[in-house]
Amino acid sequence: MEYFEIFIAGVFINNILLAQFLGNCPFLGTSKKMETAVGMSMAVVFVLVMAGMITWVVDTYLLKQLGVEYLRTVSFILVIASLVQFVEMFLKKSIPALYAGLGIFLPLITTNCAVMGACLINISKEYSFMKALVSSFAFAVGFGIALILFAGLRERINLGRVPKPLQDTSIGLVAAGIIALTFMSFKGMV
Amino acid sequence: MLPALFLMLGIGAVCGIVLSLSSKVFYVYEDPRISLVEANLAGANCGGCGYAGCSAAAQAVVEGREPAGVCIISSKEGIEKVAEVMGMDVGEAESPQALNLCEGGLRASDKYNYMGISSCKAMAMVFGGKRDCTVGCIGLGDCVRACSFDAVIIGSDGYPVVNEERCVGCGACKKACPKDIIEVNTLSEKLLKFNQEHDALAPCAQTCPAEINIPRYINQLKAGQYKEAVQTIRMRNPLPLACGRVCPHPCEEECRRGIEDEAVSINQLKRFVADYEMNTGTRIPVKCAPDTGKKVAVIGGGPTGLTCAYFLRRIGHEVTIFEAMPKLGGMLRYGIPEYRLPKEVLDWEVDGILQLGVKAFNHLKFGTDFGLGSLMAAGYNAVFIGVGAWKDYSLGIDGEDLDGCYTGINFLARISHGENIPLGRTAAIVGGGNTAVDCARTLLRMGLDKVYMVYRRTRNEMPANEVEIVASEEEGIEFVFLAAPTRVIGDEDGKVQQLEYLKMELGEPDASGRRRPQPIEGSETILDVDMVISAIGQSPDASFKSQDPHARMTELELTRWNTIDNDPETLQSNIPYIFTGGDAATGPALVVDAIGSGRRAARSIDLFLKGEAVEPIENSLLQKRIKESIFSKVDGIKKTPRAKMPELPVSERLDSFVEVDLVLPEVEAHREAERCLNCCRICYNPDVPVSS
Repeated sequence: MEYFEIFIAGVFINNILLAQFLGNCPFLGTSKKMETAVGMSMAVVFVLVMAGMITWVVDTYLLKQLGVEYLRTVSFILVIASLVQFVEMFLKKSIPALYAGLGIFLPLITTNCAVMGACLINISKEYSFMKALVSSFAFAVGFGIALILFAGLRERINLGRVPKPLQDTSIGLVAAGIIALTFMSFKGMV
Repeated sequence: MLPALFLMLGIGAVCGIVLSLSSKVFYVYEDPRISLVEANLAGANCGGCGYAGCSAAAQAVVEGREPAGVCIISSKEGIEKVAEVMGMDVGEAESPQALNLCEGGLRASDKYNYMGISSCKAMAMVFGGKRDCTVGCIGLGDCVRACSFDAVIIGSDGYPVVNEERCVGCGACKKACPKDIIEVNTLSEKLLKFNQEHDALAPCAQTCPAEINIPRYINQLKAGQYKEAVQTIRMRNPLPLACGRVCPHPCEEECRRGIEDEAVSINQLKRFVADYEMNTGTRIPVKCAPDTGKKVAVIGGGPTGLTCAYFLRRIGHEVTIFEAMPKLGGMLRYGIPEYRLPKEVLDWEVDGILQLGVKAFNHLKFGTDFGLGSLMAAGYNAVFIGVGAWKDYSLGIDGEDLDGCYTGINFLARISHGENIPLGRTAAIVGGGNTAVDCARTLLRMGLDKVYMVYRRTRNEMPANEVEIVASEEEGIEFVFLAAPTRVIGDEDGKVQQLEYLKMELGEPDASGRRRPQPIEGSETILDVDMVISAIGQSPDASFKSQDPHARMTELELTRWNTIDNDPETLQSNIPYIFTGGDAATGPALVVDAIGSGRRAARSIDLFLKGEAVEPIENSLLQKRIKESIFSKVDGIKKTPRAKMPELPVSERLDSFVEVDLVLPEVEAHREAERCLNCCRICYNPDVPVSS
């Protein structure tokens, strides 16, 4: 039940894009087309789960043991960046089909604050390894849902008559704000 | 302080070591040229080229899938640098061009009017668009907005017009169009485009076996752009002069005007523009794609071989034609008499094809003078067999080998050679097809007193062209219908004296839909003639199969009619590098059929040479009709008589082989072109406004 709560909280209540406002760059950048939004979501699920696990290990067995928790941010950046690079190389060699699908999105996530933020939230809530895993997955799914929803919306908005000054990113931000308001209604559920 | 430093060093070292190790372990070889090419692309990752990012585009260039000019926003220097890395010539790239295929525009009737939507894509989502036509232009200009180069505008007729100078061929308009009516194609792709079920095609263009864009060239004729009209025809048919004279124009059967009025005389208009080019004496330059370095051997220089060679040459392949006869032209030269297609005209047309850089060797018979082995040894990558159908069927009756008996094609070919054949005074031609009529009219011109045509069915069933039958009636050929020859009777010297035949009556329709003739017992009748020519059909001469010493040749599959078995859509035979078309594959058929199959084979050969799968075209129309485009009645037609073909008077015809059918005068041609309704899939320009 606890895991389920963590999952629901991660997907809806603390949605990384629409409640935490992290990762706004890919949210606007890759939501113009459904196709790219789906690719990006898959890549985020993949990377965030891996990053969640490895940062938990680094935090518990290195930072906490040595008492240098203040180095958390900088060491996470290093670890996540290396991890993404590693995964990219691994996929290219071992699973070329998956690489062809995710390939161009992986380097984008290297510097994605949604990934970084999710990992830091996991640590600050002092989750166990399993909880951190579920929570990372939930954040990633939340990211995916929000991105795909938003891509569908933007594809429709493109067909409409938008006044020139508001076209493209501007109307995107307005729409994102309105969706974020609706996500606020989840607050207090858990 | 110290532990923190060590920790950071440690993490850094671990990450560095893991990454450098994995870059060794997971190393994937990548062509070093990819990064060199990428460095010279614009680097905007805009996706205008159709690839996900510049590195994907660079990869495509290195793999040879894209030319140096792949990047649509690259400067000239950038393109040159890419070309330098790849070691190719900048000029080699064939640039694609956008073209609007729908001319419906404002004349296409509206299904309904829904105010407020200003985008084609949205309109297409609402019941497929506001227009009646399922494929036509919606006209709200998504393509105009998609173009970053201001190359597309909505013209006065309400459909998009592409400014060719500005168009870079990026394909953005094509992607934006929900109706697929904008195509972005290179010259090669345009030349090898075949009719598909979703194309915006007029009924005539659906019917033409060569798939010529008939409304377009008639429109160009109307506007006085004769050269452009010839070019439009040449996109599909390299033999407009020959076709303009001998084609039985199946297109006119489907002409929409013909439903309420007489059909437009399409073929005479084709002949008019083709003759115009010839009469000016200067050839309109024909563009060819850059050389590909692949070699194709075309066996047989008839209409299908010439067409196949012409299209292969235009898309950049090296082509050599091998012809068994002394001159190129095949049946056009040896089967069609001078008075229908003057040799002078044919020579001019054939020369035009050769001038594109097609090589030709005459007097070389496949199987005896050269074979598959010698072609392979000479480095040909593919072979097209278009040897035609030159073997006359025999009647299978007594006395057929008597002195004075000939077979149709053999006879016509010998006459064309200029051979002196001993002639009699009276002749009987057996058969009712074009070859039979050609034999009869030829003999009449050679001074015979009486020529009979003996046919076992009636005039209605004669497969010859109607105009030919009418002309031979005018010239005084006597028809003996419902007569089946039973034997040829000779005199003591072995010379033909009489032809005996049985009278027939028509019975039940057979498989071909024609009523089957049945003999009447005891009705033997004698016809006094001293020449008998049997012209009852031909089959391909497949002797090359047994004569060619190359082992592979014996594997070539033939049908039971001795034609070469092939895939009816790709025209590939059971030996992958051998393609075949024309009469050799179908049995005797129209010139325009042979032209269509020559081009179809060129497409398959091109795919084969590129190493791609030789597969049929998706949703290929293959001369089927698009149902919604075939009407039962047409509103807004004002009846106007069709232009009459000028002909030589009968009195002047019979003593010479001068061409009988003449070309339309310019005024007449324009008047006839005005009769064209400029049809598309379902819209057309009525003569008088139709109230909706």
